[in-house]
Amino acid sequence: MSRIGVAFDKARADGRAVLVGCMPAGFPTVEGSIAAMTAMVEAGVDVIEVEIPYSDPVMDGPVIQKASDIALAGGVRVADTLRIIEAVAATGAPVVTMTYWNPIEQYGVDAFARDLAAAGGTGLITPDLIPDEAQEWLAASDAYGLDRTFLVSPSSTDARLRMTVEHCRGFVYATAIMGVTGARAQTSEAAPVLVSRVREVTDLPVGVGLGVGTGAQASTVAGYADGVIVGSALIRRLLDAPDLPSGLTALRALSAELAEGVRTPTR
Amino acid sequence: MSADALAAPAGSYPDATGHFGRFGGRFVPEALVAALDELDGAWRTATADEAFRAEFGALLRDYAGTPSLLYEARRFSAKVGARVLLKREDLNHTGAHKVRNVLGQALLTKRMGKKRVIAETGAGQHGVATATAAALFDLECVVYMGEVDTQRQALNVARMRMLGATVVPVTTGSRTLKDAMNEAMRDWVANVDSTHYLIGTAAGPHPFPAMVRDFVRGIGDEARQQCLDLTGALPDAVTACVGGGSNALGIFHAFVDDPDVRLYGFEAGGDGVATGRHAASITGGSSGVLHGTRTYVLQDADGQTVESHSISAGLDYPGVGPEHAWLHDTGRATYLPVTDAEAMAAFEVLCRTEGIIPAIESSHALAGTVAVAPKLAAELGREPVVVVNLSGRGDKDVHTAGEYFGILDKE
Repeated sequence: MSRIGVAFDKARADGRAVLVGCMPAGFPTVEGSIAAMTAMVEAGVDVIEVEIPYSDPVMDGPVIQKASDIALAGGVRVADTLRIIEAVAATGAPVVTMTYWNPIEQYGVDAFARDLAAAGGTGLITPDLIPDEAQEWLAASDAYGLDRTFLVSPSSTDARLRMTVEHCRGFVYATAIMGVTGARAQTSEAAPVLVSRVREVTDLPVGVGLGVGTGAQASTVAGYADGVIVGSALIRRLLDAPDLPSGLTALRALSAELAEGVRTPTR
Repeated sequence: MSADALAAPAGSYPDATGHFGRFGGRFVPEALVAALDELDGAWRTATADEAFRAEFGALLRDYAGTPSLLYEARRFSAKVGARVLLKREDLNHTGAHKVRNVLGQALLTKRMGKKRVIAETGAGQHGVATATAAALFDLECVVYMGEVDTQRQALNVARMRMLGATVVPVTTGSRTLKDAMNEAMRDWVANVDSTHYLIGTAAGPHPFPAMVRDFVRGIGDEARQQCLDLTGALPDAVTACVGGGSNALGIFHAFVDDPDVRLYGFEAGGDGVATGRHAASITGGSSGVLHGTRTYVLQDADGQTVESHSISAGLDYPGVGPEHAWLHDTGRATYLPVTDAEAMAAFEVLCRTEGIIPAIESSHALAGTVAVAPKLAAELGREPVVVVNLSGRGDKDVHTAGEYFGILDKE
């Protein structure tokens, strides 16, 4: 079983959900992003999702896009991302990578899988790669023992949901709403329905992302999902801060609030 | 002939999942797959439906003003050294070939029971065409346009607003067409139940490349017959400009199985491909994934999209439709870059010899034709016959061209 699977199993045994925190690699700088992810782990985030910044992130809302633009303007490269993953994996927390497909295709799918595994990454979340187009990634992830997290959506038909989940390994990513990333005032009514549809076809853990930004929301989602995935709300703490140290303080505070939320699931 | 513009066989490409060889396909969030499947089904059913075909044909004839003329440009021909036949898509309602695509997709939108359309636009021609069709079909219309483009195409912004559309200036990234497309995709993911994304070119995820091609392929069907009627033979070459590439596919498609007809696509070479400031995805880019499809892309070694540059807003896009990528790889079509300066020189020649102000996009096709005519004449040992797709008119470009030629009075 993958390190992600172990983390989910442990949380399940403890009667709580896993907290997955997302941060773009190289935001605000390479060293700054390592500091931010380390702070998140120290404050109770269970799994770190490192997003490879991409010029055209169509699944992401304004917060992640802005952070990605800052990282790219700072000159971060895919090779730096691997270095960041290695540094964060050294904290002991499982590190999963979220990436749009073109950077991987240009790096070379097999080469990236090899280097990701060597850096200690557990696998990939692929927002714009569906299993239908993923032959190369299916082979490479098998070859290097990496997890594959494809997304399922409230609009997925039963047949597509089953097919997509069959190609997943590690955990399934359920997008809570029809829309892009970004914190929202209300939690989704579609998400619990989607999670129960996924459970009908798999025993894999299910993480829910899109729109979660507070401890209370995390508690609600933890009531029906195995994982709570938070990105924009955490990133905003750094974006809104006047400098990195105060950003890290705010980041720790929100991480702790979310960690408390996933430990007190609303049933 | 336009009355049955969809009746001809669609050809064997793409395959059932939208692949043109190694290109095309679907690289999209799962959230969009159901909508793409719905669209694919609606399109296939509609094109098999005689009533739909008749309605589309009647709109093309009575509303858009097609078949467009095939005009023999004798004074321009004398300058070029080729017998140049202009496919006058500039005379269509709204001033470009794009009206054909939007009428087809707007009809499909109604058929799917959706009430809202969104679109991206570069030069504004597709936005105007979409706003036009939305007015005609009583659909809500939102057009995403890069902020840079709203400034260089202010007249088209006003036209869209007059037609009742909401124009949203996009301030992310390079603030041009690719960023407008990103924003439209984000809107679509969030509103896919009520909304059809009316993509303006033969790019994006399947079924858009094939569907858009089929809605505009009347251009080539008409031109092929018109050329036979006029000259008694097929042309030696067919030429078009290529940004996303819908006008080029529209005119190429009818000739793909005519091996003696050369197909030339002219990309926006900007300041010259060697300078890096261009929008020539095939001649200056490499294979990658952008906006839902695998095709040729302007990108760096990490797969980050590189900003494109062209004097023509409509060609200023760092990707190209996947069918062009495939036609390039198979060698069936030839793609060459045309610089801003070459395009503007041809623009001026057409104005002065024929009294026709072409779109700067279409001026790339004219300039490319000027460039390849001597080679064609040498190969054939006679004056070549070339059909040029004059895909749009230049009214929208008068300000840009006036500044370029220094003929605007200084205030």
